[in-house]
Amino acid sequence: MGSAPWSDGRPRAVYLGDAVERAVKILIVGHFAVGKTTLVGALSEIPPLRTEEIMTQAGALVDDLAGVTGKDTTTVAMDFGRLTLNPRLVLYLFGAPGQQRFQRLWRDMAYGALGALVLADVRRLDASFPVMDMVEEYGLPYAVAVNQFDGVPAFDTGAVRGALDLLEETPLVVCDARDRASAGAALITLVQYLHARATKEHP
Amino acid sequence: MRPPRRDSGLVRPYVVTGGRAHSRISFDLVSLVITVDDKPSGGPEAGLSPEKRSLLALCRGGALSVAEIAAHLALPVAVTKVLIGDLTDSGHIVTRAPASPATRPDIQLLQEVLDGLRALV
Ligand SMILES: Nc1nc2c(ncn2[C@@H]2O[C@H](COP(=O)(O)OP(=O)(O)OP(=O)(O)O)[C@@H](O)[C@H]2O)c(=O)[nH]1
Ligand SMILES: [Mg+2]
Repeated sequence: MGSAPWSDGRPRAVYLGDAVERAVKILIVGHFAVGKTTLVGALSEIPPLRTEEIMTQAGALVDDLAGVTGKDTTTVAMDFGRLTLNPRLVLYLFGAPGQQRFQRLWRDMAYGALGALVLADVRRLDASFPVMDMVEEYGLPYAVAVNQFDGVPAFDTGAVRGALDLLEETPLVVCDARDRASAGAALITLVQYLHARATKEHP
Repeated sequence: MRPPRRDSGLVRPYVVTGGRAHSRISFDLVSLVITVDDKPSGGPEAGLSPEKRSLLALCRGGALSVAEIAAHLALPVAVTKVLIGDLTDSGHIVTRAPASPATRPDIQLLQEVLDGLRALV
């Protein structure tokens, strides 16, 4: 691994190891300010990066270098980070906005993703509904992680499961998105679930 | 660096519509991009746009994903994909398609992800 010498303000490129041959991705999704960027940052081996997509109001991605100027376009940011899992395999974590109008963006993000970790805040569970609809619409298997913000009163996980209408098999964990071990445990719970699910489907 | 591998599953990176190249979903956000070493620098690169030259300069340091390239160049992903499509066609770079377990869950791959995470966090 090395670094590009010229970065001006932006984080320097941290290159992948020479032996890396496969990349996988997991989406970290959730409503506004639920802790997506925080969780990606807590786990990433590189300073989290941000991409911006320019989209037309109709939801098309703008792929012309000149872009489209003016009121008809909007910018959508995606934060992401990276974890080298072994010399051959790297995992990317994408913090994805939950808004339903970004259909094209979602299609691109969900394509080939292993699954999604849905971050939720018990004080506003209803804000998670559109996000969960998106995840389900794109057929992504998911686990739910309740981000434990300071000062949030104790809550009953059964009630949360009920409010979110989770399947019995869907894992629900509590985490602190700022804490690497806690965020990592939530991610491991998701992957364990993905593994168990795959084993059940293709024994 | 190992010799470039041709991925048989790789679709032609773009179709030309109305005289302009539009990227399709053939490069994923996590497709890995590698420059082709034996391409003589200088000559053929002189005709490239500044964006393409920046992309090659960035990628010469080592492998990066499409998303990382877009972030470092501060370009939208869709634009970055078009540039990568062009540079793949011109033989300057090769891309490595990501693992795509969407169609059939790959138990071994998931086990590898799990082992990696457990060792790291
Ligand atoms: N106390 C506490 N604060 C948190 C936690 N996670 C995130 N925060 C704070 O909550 C705020 C929002 O977190 P972000 O990570 O930016 O949330 P986000 O989901 O990326 O937000 P958007 O991208 O704007 O939708 C920040 O000020 C974080 O510092 C947590 O687990 N505990
Ligand atoms: Mg964010």
